[in-house]
Amino acid sequence: MSSFYALLARDVRLATRAGGGAMLALAFFAAVAALVPLGVGADLKLLGRIAGGVLWVSAILAALLSLDRLFQADFEDGSLDLMAISPIGLETSAFAKIVAHWLTTGLPLTLLSPLLALLFNIPQPGYVPLILSLAIGTPAASAIGAVGAGLTMSVRRGGLILPLLILPLLAPAVIFGAGAVSAALDGLANGAMWLLSAFSLAAVVLSPFAAAASVRLNLAG
Amino acid sequence: MNIFELANPKRFLALSEKLLPWFWAAAVLTLASGLYLTFFGVPPDYQQGTTVKIMFIHVPAALVGEMAYGVMGVASLLGLVNRHPLADVAAKSAAPLGALFTALALITGSLWGKPMWGTYWVWDARLTSFLILFFLYLGYMALWNAIEDETRAARAAAILALVGVVDLPIIYFSVQWWNTLHQGESIFTGKIAPVFLWPLMLMMAGYVFLFGALWMVRIRTEILARRARALQLQGGGL
Repeated sequence: MSSFYALLARDVRLATRAGGGAMLALAFFAAVAALVPLGVGADLKLLGRIAGGVLWVSAILAALLSLDRLFQADFEDGSLDLMAISPIGLETSAFAKIVAHWLTTGLPLTLLSPLLALLFNIPQPGYVPLILSLAIGTPAASAIGAVGAGLTMSVRRGGLILPLLILPLLAPAVIFGAGAVSAALDGLANGAMWLLSAFSLAAVVLSPFAAAASVRLNLAG
Repeated sequence: MNIFELANPKRFLALSEKLLPWFWAAAVLTLASGLYLTFFGVPPDYQQGTTVKIMFIHVPAALVGEMAYGVMGVASLLGLVNRHPLADVAAKSAAPLGALFTALALITGSLWGKPMWGTYWVWDARLTSFLILFFLYLGYMALWNAIEDETRAARAAAILALVGVVDLPIIYFSVQWWNTLHQGESIFTGKIAPVFLWPLMLMMAGYVFLFGALWMVRIRTEILARRARALQLQGGGL
């Protein structure tokens, strides 16, 4: 278990130090969200209505930014080979990397979202569901993203095809995440939050295995 | 015969050579008679008028577009678990066909949507889930193209296809939950009149045979191309 925490701490440290990209994802998230009012107009009522969807899409895009290096950097310098033969195995290593990725992107994005929600003038009942849905749903982006990162890790410009692989698979997260916000705004019963939780849990449980398998096939050549 | 005996490319080439003419003949026959009935046998619908005839090329395309992903998933599983190169080839060959039929379903669907719903595109559950399915095919093909080493590409693509197989039902469900305008399924629930049902069945059979024939041709081509490449390498490269 200590290897798990060691790997987790190492990845978090790498992501938060210079050149790690955790801050970049946050800035990207805010910049994309800030472009939307420029595109659709400054009507606060409209912005409040679409904020849930806009922030969800921006958050998914921001989470994608740092994904392509999730395994690639360790693949290039050989640390991935050591993880493959370490006692915790690739599955647990992949899980540690997913958790580290979420701690350095999904969690900060969630924490920044109330501020952006304020700028978008989300009506009061939407606040808590937005923050809650991002907290629950962004782990799915890290987890499913890790599978894509493993698959493309030996591709030189893997970051280009990664979004095409991952974005369609994440459609349910966006639908339920943004749906939870709009259901709250309409005062409806919020089944979306439960469905989002189910999707996220399943993704977090199953993805480490798929990610490990994809890493393994790339190491085996 | 055990299905795994087919995994021998030589045996597959021999068998598919015998089967192919039958598949082509069946496809031509069913499609010709289905199209004839569509144009001359089917009465205009009391609500939709003649535009109902689009159904006969739209619904089978959608069916085959989905079926191809299932076929691809099964072939990927066999390729991944049993390491049969032929299964990899079969999965690879099914993807562009699936993408094509899915695109056909999207195009005919939007052409049908214009007179029916008054717009080419609505963000309705079925249309949206088919658009996502189309992107899944594109991603699968892109991944296959991006990785140079063939066996590695095959296994990576197989993992992606299997993740898609797990995720697709959830995507369908979530999109359904999100928005529904498209009419529900009416073939197996018996809500379709026999005069529409028979031409539709014929067209479905025709599309399935067409897919089967094209799929076999693609697998054969891929096997032969790989052989040619191997020969070229043996001969020191030409």
